[in-house]
Amino acid sequence: MKAWLPTLLRLALVVLLVAFLTNPGWFEPLLKPLTENNAPVIYNQGSLLTLTLLHLRTVLLATLAATIVAVALAILVTRPAGAEFLPLSRSLVNIGQTFPPVAVLALAVPAVGFGEKPTLIALFLYGLLPIFENALTGLTTLPANVVEAARGAGMTGWQRLTKVELPLSAPIILGGIRLSVVIGLATATIGSTVAAKTLGEVIIAGLLSNNLAFILQGGLIVAALAVLIYDGLSAVERYAARRMGREAE
Amino acid sequence: MNIRFDKLGVVIAAIAAYAAFLAPFATFRANRIVPGQARSILEALPATTGTLLVAIIVVAALVALFRTPLVLRLAASVVALVALALLVGAAGTFLTPTGNTFARVSPASGFWILIFAFTLLLADVLTRLSLSPFARVGVLVAAAVAIGLLLVSGAWNDLSILKEYANRADSFWAEGSKHVTLALGSLAAAVIVGLPLGILCHRVERLRAGVLNVLNIIQTIPSIALFGLLIAPLGWVASHVPGAAALGIRGIGTAPAFVALFLYSLLPVVANTVVGLAGVPRAANDAARGMGMTDRQRLFGVEFPLAFPVILTGIRIVLVQNIGLATIAALIGGGGFGVFVFQGVGQTAMDLVLLGAVPTVALAFAAAIILDAVIEMTATKRRVETA
Repeated sequence: MKAWLPTLLRLALVVLLVAFLTNPGWFEPLLKPLTENNAPVIYNQGSLLTLTLLHLRTVLLATLAATIVAVALAILVTRPAGAEFLPLSRSLVNIGQTFPPVAVLALAVPAVGFGEKPTLIALFLYGLLPIFENALTGLTTLPANVVEAARGAGMTGWQRLTKVELPLSAPIILGGIRLSVVIGLATATIGSTVAAKTLGEVIIAGLLSNNLAFILQGGLIVAALAVLIYDGLSAVERYAARRMGREAE
Repeated sequence: MNIRFDKLGVVIAAIAAYAAFLAPFATFRANRIVPGQARSILEALPATTGTLLVAIIVVAALVALFRTPLVLRLAASVVALVALALLVGAAGTFLTPTGNTFARVSPASGFWILIFAFTLLLADVLTRLSLSPFARVGVLVAAAVAIGLLLVSGAWNDLSILKEYANRADSFWAEGSKHVTLALGSLAAAVIVGLPLGILCHRVERLRAGVLNVLNIIQTIPSIALFGLLIAPLGWVASHVPGAAALGIRGIGTAPAFVALFLYSLLPVVANTVVGLAGVPRAANDAARGMGMTDRQRLFGVEFPLAFPVILTGIRIVLVQNIGLATIAALIGGGGFGVFVFQGVGQTAMDLVLLGAVPTVALAFAAAIILDAVIEMTATKRRVETA
């Protein structure tokens, strides 16, 4: 494959996505064969663009919260004062991953009601795990000589953390954030089963009215977003890794 | 005498104190969907039992709070958990007026937080004991037997979730077996297809990037969309391929769910096979070649056994993921525990949601523990053999 081909494909995907979101009418002939009995071709109970933005906002908010909490936790358990919590936090992370998203969503409803909140909680919980795991890996596999040098240079614990340990772990932590964003983008669609405003609404409307065009457009928009965001974050990660002289995962 | 606090114990004791004294232990509702009224431990149980439970919680929390021997901590967490499990059933019996079949009693936030706190204590003890894989599976079996006994004994029969179960006992087991069949069947299919595909990708480098990219993209399609998208092609197959419909292939129902789970399962299986085979030390391969082993002998005698723990890790990911995703099959009529979850969400009957969610979480959890133990066993065996 030529080096420019992937970039070109990505650009084409961005253009296609933007065109579809702003002018879905253009694509009507393409999706028309998928509908029966003159059913609407393009989702008509809300603007696709608004739903996409709401979808992205939900994922962004949840990932942001998950990043802050997960990194803070990872820092805590890798300090001498919190070392006692390290083995337990590892097993908790493992146990947490076994909770199915649908169960978390459904169980959050009685506590916080229908809508965006249960989705945020589920996405937050799912986002927490990959980021925590990666932050832990990053902070516990720092080159020993670098940490020793920082200590020898008379840096305080705080300085070592902010100037050496965190920047060095940044690429690996970013890898965790990337994973959790991609999982979050797909999981957010399930949020629409508890009435959250996400692209899942389009898919579920399709499932309920047996309209394949709805399912396809909802699914493809989410998939395209995931591919683009995954690629974008991978690039950021490679950049950070090159700056830190560490191989990204 | 110097008294020292256990750091985690401080957290556990604080959580337990909040849950025992400030949060409601049980909820009472006049029927299954009206909002409930909160009841504290002492209101939810007869005076003596209630006081006993509070005493057990206080003692267990104190054991957690101070640095105490592991055996004592283990005993405290187990006693507290058993007492909670038994007495929440008793609360159901106590709060339900005799002869009233509409009233519902369910465990409330205080109960769940207490369970969480003492499970945390138990998990911490078990982690610190660093049990062998066999022992871990043993603990799991013991817990499963204990829960099974509680269910059979009828101690929980007055709780709302079991009343929901009693109304649907037949469909519960039918959906449950559908759920397990979906999760395990799609895993089996993914292993049968994914292993050879992974080996092929390992051997033929040109294929590798392409196959892994396609599988990666499949993973980005949200599950509910993939389930939906498969309805049309499978419906077409059912009506156009002779015999397909007789095999149970239909546009809606189990078939698209099975295919979707299979497609999601492929990536972890293939990717881990490739990673595992790539991680086989070159020295082992060279030695095998030097001994005059054929390609086939090398694959089955050397490469495959060495890569096995990594491949198993892929299978673990798939199994846990499939058990969770199978709940979504209910949206397209594919059955499984998701049926109760979505029905419950629709009727805002949370106990019905629990009836679907609890077995799903339990299954996924058990699968994770068992496969983790198997992975550890194969990995250590390999290390001993190669040492």
